[in-house]
Amino acid sequence: MKKVIAKENLCLNCRLCEVYCKTAHSKSKDPLRAYLNEPELQSRITVCGDNQKSVAVQCRHCDNPKCVEACITGAMQKDPVTGVVTCDAEKCIGCMTCLAVCPFGCIKIGETAVKCDLCQGEEEPACVKNCPNRALVYLEMGGKADA
Amino acid sequence: MMRYFQPEFHIVRDPARCIHCGCCVRQCANECHYFDEDGKTVLCRDESCVSCQRCVCLCPTGALRIEKFKSDYRESAVWTQQVQKEICRQASTGGTLLSAMGNPKPYPIYWDHMLLNASQVTNPSIDPLREPMEIRTFLGRKPDRLSFTKDKKLLTEMPPQIKLETPILFSAMSFGSISLNAHRALSAAAKELGTLFNTGEGGLHPDLHDMGQYAVVQVASGRFGVHKDYLNNSAFIEIKIGQGAKPGIGGHLPGEKVNVEVSNARMIPVGSDAISPAPHHDIYSIEDLRQLIWSLKEVTEGKKPVCVKIAAVHNCAAIVSGVARAGADIIAIDGFRGGTGAAPTRIRDNVGIPIELALASADQRLRDEGIRSRVSLLAAGPTRNAADVVKAIALGADAVYIASAALIAIGCHMCQTCNTGRCNWGIATQREDLTRRLNPEIAKERLVNLVTAWNHEIKEMLGGMGINSLDSLRGNRLMLRGIGLTEKELSVLGIRHAGE
Repeated sequence: MKKVIAKENLCLNCRLCEVYCKTAHSKSKDPLRAYLNEPELQSRITVCGDNQKSVAVQCRHCDNPKCVEACITGAMQKDPVTGVVTCDAEKCIGCMTCLAVCPFGCIKIGETAVKCDLCQGEEEPACVKNCPNRALVYLEMGGKADA
Repeated sequence: MMRYFQPEFHIVRDPARCIHCGCCVRQCANECHYFDEDGKTVLCRDESCVSCQRCVCLCPTGALRIEKFKSDYRESAVWTQQVQKEICRQASTGGTLLSAMGNPKPYPIYWDHMLLNASQVTNPSIDPLREPMEIRTFLGRKPDRLSFTKDKKLLTEMPPQIKLETPILFSAMSFGSISLNAHRALSAAAKELGTLFNTGEGGLHPDLHDMGQYAVVQVASGRFGVHKDYLNNSAFIEIKIGQGAKPGIGGHLPGEKVNVEVSNARMIPVGSDAISPAPHHDIYSIEDLRQLIWSLKEVTEGKKPVCVKIAAVHNCAAIVSGVARAGADIIAIDGFRGGTGAAPTRIRDNVGIPIELALASADQRLRDEGIRSRVSLLAAGPTRNAADVVKAIALGADAVYIASAALIAIGCHMCQTCNTGRCNWGIATQREDLTRRLNPEIAKERLVNLVTAWNHEIKEMLGGMGINSLDSLRGNRLMLRGIGLTEKELSVLGIRHAGE
């Protein structure tokens, strides 16, 4: 499957990936309206570090995802065709078990678990499309699509 | 301490648009943007803003704008704000004013006073999209005549020639004054475009060793990074006598920019200032220059052409003639608007002459003396677009050097503060957190795009003139007409006035 690869030697720590992630997952798809009207929005990608060394971290869509294994309601699923791990907000009860087991710390909690969905339906994820320095690239990485 | 002068620029943040994402805070090496105590609200201060436009370009909501700081002094044509600010700055520091990039003063730009010809009726224009158009360029000494055997084999021994697919080369910018990523981009672009980049006086970084064949290696007064392998791993060698931005002045790369990488390439200790003397201490005459040219030819077994780069100064036509006779194969003339990583402001703004006049007079002098074919002429400092390139070639240049335009293509916004080492675009700096901002892959693509676009435009203009080869335009000043120029200017440029 295609995954987002972060190149820390090119990461600027500008954190625009976070801004455009929030925008892409907002109702309006407009950065201004997203920040003004939807304060509960969370970025599904997080830049760790500072200007000296930084890297963007997001869900790795693991071959054998711990979060899926641990999910008590079956909300967290790995799509057997695309391999993308997503959380069904209808089923999620916000118990945070997934957050506890994620080895990369890539799940955030709002009312439900919030995580990267690789911007399904788009040609490439918003973070990759808007990274000003191509520090994020969307590459075919092999691995199992089937969970 | 009280400041006696106002900031240069004013940062305008539109509160209706700012989402306080902090991108500007993290991107400004001049620390103009900062977070309030709450760690969330973004504020800004004007004092150190240089208008590099980094924050403006990256702001995701277009909330930022830089304008000139406006606080009107009482009007005076003599004691302008700029003049007063410079005095105050010197009064507070006691130092020479430093600045970077080319001469920004409003001296006449002769490129903009020359017009190109086009074919109408009597000779057909050519459509470059349908017919072949030759812009391939060869640099190097051309033999006075060619002789052949009876079965048409060339008898004359050809001096080494440099084959370029475009009449545009990347001009000298050293690793040290610009970042390794910038050098990587320039070298990769030169390779793809079939042209050359220039190492400046900084030597060649080991990572770029394989790019030597696309490099013009410079031998300047500090002799940094020069050794036999360096000279042989090149397209041609350039002896730098002078630089358009600071004729008569040496160079000074401050010790803080000399990190491990720079020190390896330059062969100097880490942290030591790299000082290039104003003159070459072994060149005090044309005869001395001849010795250096020939020792470089000897070390490369005569396989590499040797170029001599001089700044455009008052007497440059005579100097060019002397340099040609000293054995140079290529002569680069750098005009007073050429860029630099750092120069004393007074020198940058007041020394040297425009490249247009220097080029025209040098070409004319060489032709008058019958030695024009002994050398190729490179014009630098600066050509801003394809029309400037075409005009330079019609004035007599074989090819042009571009540097400022190349830097602009990869992010430079001409803030003219390269000397501070805080280039927010990752070009003129060695700070790791800043150099990372220049992705060599993106920069290479942009350089290739720029020169490809110029190549197309050059072909369009040639076609319009009914010329299908750049060689037919070289020194063809009948293709130029002056506009708004005096008799004297026209005669120095060797062109007629429009309508004549």
